[in-house]
Amino acid sequence: MSEPGTRAEPAAPDSPSEAVLSVRGLRAWYGTMGDPVRAVDGVSLDLRAGETVGLVGESGCGKSTLGRAMMGLLPEGTAVAGEVRYRGRDLVGLSDSELRPLRGPDLGLVFQEPMTRLDPLVTIEDHFLEALRAHESDTDTDEMRRRSLAALAGMGIPPTRFKQFPHEFSGGMRQRIMIALALVLNPKVVIADEPTTALDVIVEAQILQILADLRRNFDAALLLITHNLGIVAETCDRVAVMYAGQIVEEGNAREVFTEPAHPYTRELLRSTISLSTTGLHYIPGAPPSLVDPPNACRFHPRCPNAMQVCAQKDPIEMPPGAEAGEQREGRVLCWLHGPADEIPPGGERPLEREEIALAEEA
Amino acid sequence: MSRKGSLRTYVLTRLVLAIPTVLILLTMVFLLMRVAPGNPIQVALGGHLSQQEIDRRSAEAGYDKPILTQYVEYLGDVFTGNLGTTLTDHRTVTSIIVENGSATLELTIAAMLVALVVGLTIGILAGRFRDTPIDLGGRLFGIVVYAAPVFFVGYLLQLLFGSTLGWLPTSGRVGPVTEYELDTTTHLYLIDSLISGNFNAFEDTVLHLILPAVTLGLLVSGVLIRLVRVNLMQTMRGDYVEAARARGVRERRVVLEHAFRNALIPVVTVAGLQFAILLGGAILTEQTFNWPGLGSELVRYLNERDYIAVQGIITVFALAVVLVSLMIDLINAFIDPRVRY
Amino acid sequence: MAHMPKFAGIRRLGARIQEAKGAPRWILYVGIGIVVFFVILAIFAPLIAPYGFDQVTSDGVRFPKQAPPSSEHLFGTTVQSTDVLSRTIWGARTAIEVVVLSVIFSIAIGVPLGLFSGYVGGKLDRGLVLIMDALFAFPYLLLAIVVAFLLTDKLNDFFLSNLFGAGIVTAAVAITVVYIPQYFRVVRNHVISVREEPYVEAARALGAKRRTVIGRYIFYNVIQNVPALATLNAADAILTLAALGFLGYGIQPTEAAEWGYDISRAIDDVGAGIWWTGVFPGMAIVLLVTGFTLVGEGLNDVLNPLIRYRRIRKPKIPAEKVPAEQEASS
Repeated sequence: MSEPGTRAEPAAPDSPSEAVLSVRGLRAWYGTMGDPVRAVDGVSLDLRAGETVGLVGESGCGKSTLGRAMMGLLPEGTAVAGEVRYRGRDLVGLSDSELRPLRGPDLGLVFQEPMTRLDPLVTIEDHFLEALRAHESDTDTDEMRRRSLAALAGMGIPPTRFKQFPHEFSGGMRQRIMIALALVLNPKVVIADEPTTALDVIVEAQILQILADLRRNFDAALLLITHNLGIVAETCDRVAVMYAGQIVEEGNAREVFTEPAHPYTRELLRSTISLSTTGLHYIPGAPPSLVDPPNACRFHPRCPNAMQVCAQKDPIEMPPGAEAGEQREGRVLCWLHGPADEIPPGGERPLEREEIALAEEA
Repeated sequence: MSRKGSLRTYVLTRLVLAIPTVLILLTMVFLLMRVAPGNPIQVALGGHLSQQEIDRRSAEAGYDKPILTQYVEYLGDVFTGNLGTTLTDHRTVTSIIVENGSATLELTIAAMLVALVVGLTIGILAGRFRDTPIDLGGRLFGIVVYAAPVFFVGYLLQLLFGSTLGWLPTSGRVGPVTEYELDTTTHLYLIDSLISGNFNAFEDTVLHLILPAVTLGLLVSGVLIRLVRVNLMQTMRGDYVEAARARGVRERRVVLEHAFRNALIPVVTVAGLQFAILLGGAILTEQTFNWPGLGSELVRYLNERDYIAVQGIITVFALAVVLVSLMIDLINAFIDPRVRY
Repeated sequence: MAHMPKFAGIRRLGARIQEAKGAPRWILYVGIGIVVFFVILAIFAPLIAPYGFDQVTSDGVRFPKQAPPSSEHLFGTTVQSTDVLSRTIWGARTAIEVVVLSVIFSIAIGVPLGLFSGYVGGKLDRGLVLIMDALFAFPYLLLAIVVAFLLTDKLNDFFLSNLFGAGIVTAAVAITVVYIPQYFRVVRNHVISVREEPYVEAARALGAKRRTVIGRYIFYNVIQNVPALATLNAADAILTLAALGFLGYGIQPTEAAEWGYDISRAIDDVGAGIWWTGVFPGMAIVLLVTGFTLVGEGLNDVLNPLIRYRRIRKPKIPAEKVPAEQEASS
């Protein structure tokens, strides 16, 4: 019955040599007084130049942790395992002093709450000068100012406000300043962690436009982390769906949204509200505990298509529709997509409702 | 609004708001002095002079007038700078403030310097290297320094440096030679000796200043250490600190430029409260080292029941507290641009 | 009606102490140990101290003057021929008595005032805040000195004076006046933040009497803050008492032994290199104040969520993820 744990090779997107940032089997566990929180539990992902990848999932699924883990910015008491390849180096396991030079000019991070991300005692100008001096100490100050003003102008911030203090700007403007601050160093990879969640819809649209222009103007790889599917549909080339610390589906954004392969993705899309919504749709149950996630497929307690095997064996990553002979890009982590020869006899029987309820309680 | 303009407005507003505080404190001093039964002259000189004489002097000083009149007169006197003349040795309170107040001023400024250097340094180290031996050592130092009464620290320093090692003088503000020679224009001996080019006097003054300043400074540093440490630990977890790190700014700069400067703000605010501790400590330090400052004068006049002198000195102390509090607020506004609006 | 379990605040405190691992707990225990030690000295002073606090003879023989520590006088003698060890022990009794009295007085007055003022609000509240802030702004030692001075010889008929001695009560009252504003402020601020909580509102909506709301709901919640403040208050009280004694106010030398007073006498001995008259009383002060401060700091560390240090272990991620092969439980 039990087989030794040999996982099939993760069906990662083709030509890893094209990927600017390559994540393999990343795990990031938070230490607590009891058992650790397995916020990221085996994630593989590639980011390519000039491409925008959306990372979606519910709150608490580990997406922010993933972003930070990629930059080595996790708090003390967190353990990271796996591989994050950037320019031939594995970033996992590098010391802080080795990572520091990379943060900024190579890997940029845009945070969620712009209101508190700027030092209230320091002018915008000094923020920029500081960032530039930390990495390009031989650049002349005037040149630094010129570049900063250019970056700000690109965000719609007039040069007259260069010497003002953070509290003199609104939330939306501060977020634009943060983006400019990240971009002035010309990073090759930009990770945007819920950049518009704290902002109103109109400002959000502006920011998204800016981010959309990013791939055209800067050729950076952008990872857009959000729980808002609408944003992803608008701006991203590819999308990865995250659930309970794992990526359950990943592929071309348009394809995933029109033909979701994973039941979770499908349920997420159905939960979105639009003008044609007549009744609220929701996924029953609650997001799983990351300390003690459900056995095998982590979504099985809430999945309407759950089968017996889903509660017994870890699903294997496959290209979606492979069983049906389709040739789709992307990958999905779900028994519905096979491989059939890994499913034990009887495993395809649906999981009974009571069993779902029991599984939920367990 | 320009940066300078808003700062000016803030200063003016703050000055105006200080007035009610001053009034309240003065009222408190007035009431405190009247709580004792019998008028001050009676209490100070009763038994030394005939009752007639006492009554005459009391009437002259106005102690038989209704309390409200006395109150108004008192306020008027304070604002015109007339704090009266002492009962026991006929010095004007103003001269006491000038001569002895400057001694206290020199002492407190020197002590604050010591406190800042010691307190800030250890506080930053403890906060930055939290939960390491450095941190525990710093905290322990802070606790012990706070637990040791200032006069005990002074006593120990006297024992060690004065008696055992014999390096430093343990009593008085200057030696008898300097006392005799020095031309006291400002009454701040450090400055006076420099002005008159009397370097022997300067050295003498400094030597006498070291032990008392270190004693008083250590007292305040204990509090500073705790404050700086706690606030630094909080600011180091701040969002802007994390953002700076994400931009690859060096850790040392992050701590000193961002975390520390922001941590200073609550420290500066609470520093105003520390002034009260400083004053109390100054009184005790002066007693320990025979330092001829306002504190020792206060104690002396209190023992002689010279209430006029006591009232005058306490009034000055209360006003000093308000003044310092005002300065702290202004410094705060200077440091923190958000406060000005 | 929403029912807050009794002593919820205190139980919560106990639970937090259990949780905190590592340094804060040790700090707490060491502090408690020191304080208990001195309390024992205070209670059993007559049994532990070899001589009385102002005793200068024994069996008709007068004690040597300013004698260094020896087997007969472990801590030496003073210029007045009193035994330093005995005075230090008796000083513990003085200190503990004054501290206990003043802390009880301060809490008994400051906490109810803060509770009421915070809950009732309005003009009463504003007036009290004004007074308390003014008292708070006044340099505390000055205040204590003046009060002690004014009360000297006035409390001889006060009932507590018969139990403890007038000087001790005087010192305690002087210290109380300085600390009432602190309790008032802390309690009042907490009450204001708590009184808008839903469970309080619910109680009010259901018609609970003001007394009940304050007494049952708010009080036990707010009371959490008091122990930490009380220990820090106690630490300060000892220092204030010693300061008063040093300057010669509060307790008369004939009434009881006081550490601060001993140090003031010891300063004259410095020139002659006589160290034992001041060092021992001084160390006693340092030790006891440190004890109280450690308890206070320990409690603070335990309660303050922002800087609470809990032992978080960095987890070990297993090298290979073990796939789940278990059957779903039936």
